[in-house]
Amino acid sequence: MLAVVQREMVDRKQWMTLSEFAEEWALAQTIPGPNVVNLAVMFGGKHFGPTGALAAMSGLLLLPGLLMVSIVFAFQAFAHLPVVASALHCMGVVAAGMVMAAGWRFWPTLKQHPLGWPLALLLMVASFGLAAVVHWPLAKVIGVVGLVSCGLTWWRLQAKARS
Amino acid sequence: MTWQLWLELHLHFCMLSLLAVGGALAIVPEMHRYLVNELQLLSETAFSQSVTLSQIAPGPNILLVAVMGWDIGLQAAGGFESGGVAVVTGLLLALSLLIAAVLPSSLLSYFMVKWLQLHQHALGVRAFKAGMLPLVMGLMLSAGWLLQTASNPTMDWRLLLICAASMLIVLFTRIHLLWLMLGGAVLGAALGL
Repeated sequence: MLAVVQREMVDRKQWMTLSEFAEEWALAQTIPGPNVVNLAVMFGGKHFGPTGALAAMSGLLLLPGLLMVSIVFAFQAFAHLPVVASALHCMGVVAAGMVMAAGWRFWPTLKQHPLGWPLALLLMVASFGLAAVVHWPLAKVIGVVGLVSCGLTWWRLQAKARS
Repeated sequence: MTWQLWLELHLHFCMLSLLAVGGALAIVPEMHRYLVNELQLLSETAFSQSVTLSQIAPGPNILLVAVMGWDIGLQAAGGFESGGVAVVTGLLLALSLLIAAVLPSSLLSYFMVKWLQLHQHALGVRAFKAGMLPLVMGLMLSAGWLLQTASNPTMDWRLLLICAASMLIVLFTRIHLLWLMLGGAVLGAALGL
């Protein structure tokens, strides 16, 4: 998705330069919520105010949303066939692999983490365990692990800035 | 489905919108916990299908919320057999949950972007960004793992192998994800997994 957005906004429409895009993308990732939607809202809002933000957001969601529901509709109509059910099972684990790969993509950044990679990895494993094994609510995971992690990082960055 | 439940779902997704640091995939474990385990509105199969299909179709990942809303609304109104009412309920719940999932974070983006642009190098902002990274990674890996177990409840070793292969292929090649998905579908149908 990121690659498509970048190609459209930077190369084809030339609405922004590559470095502007990188900066906006970093901002969109800092704010909670779906990154691409955040980016669209920021870009639409910057140029045309609230209506621009709304237009960018609905453009991104409405048509693909309808398309998505139609695809689901089609699959569900045939989901009782054993062959389709098998295909869906297998696509499920393929998609699971893709999602895990999307998470693992951040590894190079994690290796450079201010806390050092062993502690950062430990925090990652802790949040995995709490979310996937212990099934803690997300608010609790963020409240506990997020607070510890951000707190330690803040303390570490401050110590670095002083020295 | 009662309007209280509808309201509860809507408000819960509003909250998730603000907790979705790192994007839509980071809230997948929470959606699984809430919709499958706690409220039992979605089966493991329906959960697996929603996330999987949202990976095939074009558009942002957050659209999987719409697919889940569609499933829950359709089932709550009696499924396809009930005809038009169920379809309309599904579509309305899909739209309602999607709005809940994107509106709060979009408002935050809209009003925070200027402030953030000024302070992006401030210590607090950098600490937040770096501090959340291990969490975001852990949550995305959880999302993948929960999707794996939902699609493969019997822990068939062949499916586990395909999952691992898919992860490695995505990490180490530049093959388009749709081809990978198509390969998975053909393999699954051929082997009868």
